[in-house]
Amino acid sequence: MKILTGNDLKTGAVTWWTGYDWSLHVEDAIDAGAEAESIAAREEAARRVNAPYVIAGERTEKGVRPAHIKDRIRALGPTVRPDLTLKPADPEAGNWVI
Amino acid sequence: MYRYDTYDQQMVDTRVAEFRDQVARRLAGKITEDQFKPLRLMNGLYLQLHAYMLRVAIPYGTLDSRQMHALADIADKYDRGYGHFTTRQNIQYNWIKLAEAPDILADLAAVEMHAIQTSGNCIRNISSDHFAGAAADEVVDPRPYAELLRQWSSFHPEFTALPRKFKIAVIASETDRAAMKLHDIGIRMVRNDAGEIGAQFWVGGGMGRTPMIAPCINEFVPVDSLVTYCEAALRVYNRHGRRDNKYKARIKILVHELGADEYRRQVEEEFAHLQAQGIEPPLAELERISAFFADPPFEKDLPRGVDRSDPDFALWVDTNTVPHKVPGYVAAVISLKPVGGIPGDATSDQMRLMADLARAYSFDEMRVTHTQNIALPHVRQADLYTLWKKLDEAGLGTANLDQAGDIIACPGLDYCSLANARSIPVAQKLSERLAPNAAELGELKIKISGCINACGHHHAGHIGILGVDRKGTENYQLLLGGSEAEDTSLAKIVGPGFDEAGIVDAVETATGVYLAQRTKGERFLDTYRRIGIEPFKEALYG
Repeated sequence: MKILTGNDLKTGAVTWWTGYDWSLHVEDAIDAGAEAESIAAREEAARRVNAPYVIAGERTEKGVRPAHIKDRIRALGPTVRPDLTLKPADPEAGNWVI
Repeated sequence: MYRYDTYDQQMVDTRVAEFRDQVARRLAGKITEDQFKPLRLMNGLYLQLHAYMLRVAIPYGTLDSRQMHALADIADKYDRGYGHFTTRQNIQYNWIKLAEAPDILADLAAVEMHAIQTSGNCIRNISSDHFAGAAADEVVDPRPYAELLRQWSSFHPEFTALPRKFKIAVIASETDRAAMKLHDIGIRMVRNDAGEIGAQFWVGGGMGRTPMIAPCINEFVPVDSLVTYCEAALRVYNRHGRRDNKYKARIKILVHELGADEYRRQVEEEFAHLQAQGIEPPLAELERISAFFADPPFEKDLPRGVDRSDPDFALWVDTNTVPHKVPGYVAAVISLKPVGGIPGDATSDQMRLMADLARAYSFDEMRVTHTQNIALPHVRQADLYTLWKKLDEAGLGTANLDQAGDIIACPGLDYCSLANARSIPVAQKLSERLAPNAAELGELKIKISGCINACGHHHAGHIGILGVDRKGTENYQLLLGGSEAEDTSLAKIVGPGFDEAGIVDAVETATGVYLAQRTKGERFLDTYRRIGIEPFKEALYG
């Protein structure tokens, strides 16, 4: 699957394309398929995301994950600081979409 | 230490206002990321793996308690309560919000700091000996010369768009504590037979994907020509550096391709041309700067020695303090490498403690070392026990300077968008694995980079580790025999790489070879140089 990622312009936070908006949580990422590049261009032009790009993703038991380790660390936070990792069980889960 | 004059402050304040406007325009969508990127990089603001990262310059690694407190406050107010001290004596924050970046720069400007020229193809922060002004073996304090070059290189219009980034280190001792020969320009202040101070120029060193040790270009440049000679060295590079190929654009490639003699000839020609133009600042300016670096009011006839009845303290004294030029004082190094910790990271509370201890016990001065520790340059031996107790209570009393646990590690794939592999977990595992034998292993400098850019100085490690991407998984190459000290050498790759667990085992195996083969008094590096790489290969690969 192809998933789309970028950064929030104001905060720099890593974000993921949900099909209609951008989420902080990789679990919300959808397969953007053949449209991925054009969505990236459209969203960047509309200033809803900074520096978006398309990466390979895969479905796992824990939900969608990037295929490559670099993007997985990018999605989940530094492996050496678990306290800084964005938690899927965040009580603000209902407000994931920014 | 140096204090900004009106010009310094005005330049920094003006840059803050300029960047505030640029950020506002970016947030309003008036400029694109492509247009904005070079502007933010000029102010040290990167977009890293997880967020914006801000790199703050600490000129020649020197700062006072007021500045360290400001760095701690920034960590709390704008980041996540910690900072990362780097191999170029800077500090980095990993979780910066773009909208707040101008406020951070304003807070830095209020304590005479900035992030200017910590990125981009320009002259970066000038680094120096972290024991400058304290070292018993220095010819002169190198920092006034570093400060003169900082002023010359800041906003230098001719050198804001060099072929690539440019790093300068200035030292003044035979002992090299700044990896001087692995810089684009390494300067050693020396005294000639007539007793005059001058600058020895080593040009074209560096690490990265093509590591090179700088050759000596000029044995003695009179101090009244220091800036002019630098200008000539840069001008030749700016003229002929390989702008066509990023990977061949550093000055080391130019010096290598031209040959040191031809490069020297061109620099001398340019130097003669520049001398006629009279660009050198008057010596009075150097004297003005030097006054800021006058010795603090050291006490005379202090008692020497310490009470060694606490064995943990005695170990720390033996390991983490070095002789001072004034009897009764030492320079003490605060290790930011607790066993299993993240090399170079300090919490805001730790920063505040170090600041307060510097104010109480080291004439209000600290130094960031290129090995990612903090030095207190002037501590009375009589104060050491109290100092150590307070450090130890805060997790800052680890006794491991230059030992196996004192590992240099870049942020690696945990933070850096350029990295191919993680560095920090390897450092953590190694420091835990080797801790029981650290004293037995003695001086052992382990340096880990998460990619070929070599921010973790793996080429210069007695044991170096380079993380690479091998078909999508992390793999680690083992290198042996490097040194960033006065006996500079480049480490060699031993053989095929290892996975994360394997590289930890491999390092332990290499240390086993050393312990088995060493002769009395030999460091790991000495044994390696004597017996060569083959016994290590044999032990590692059979």
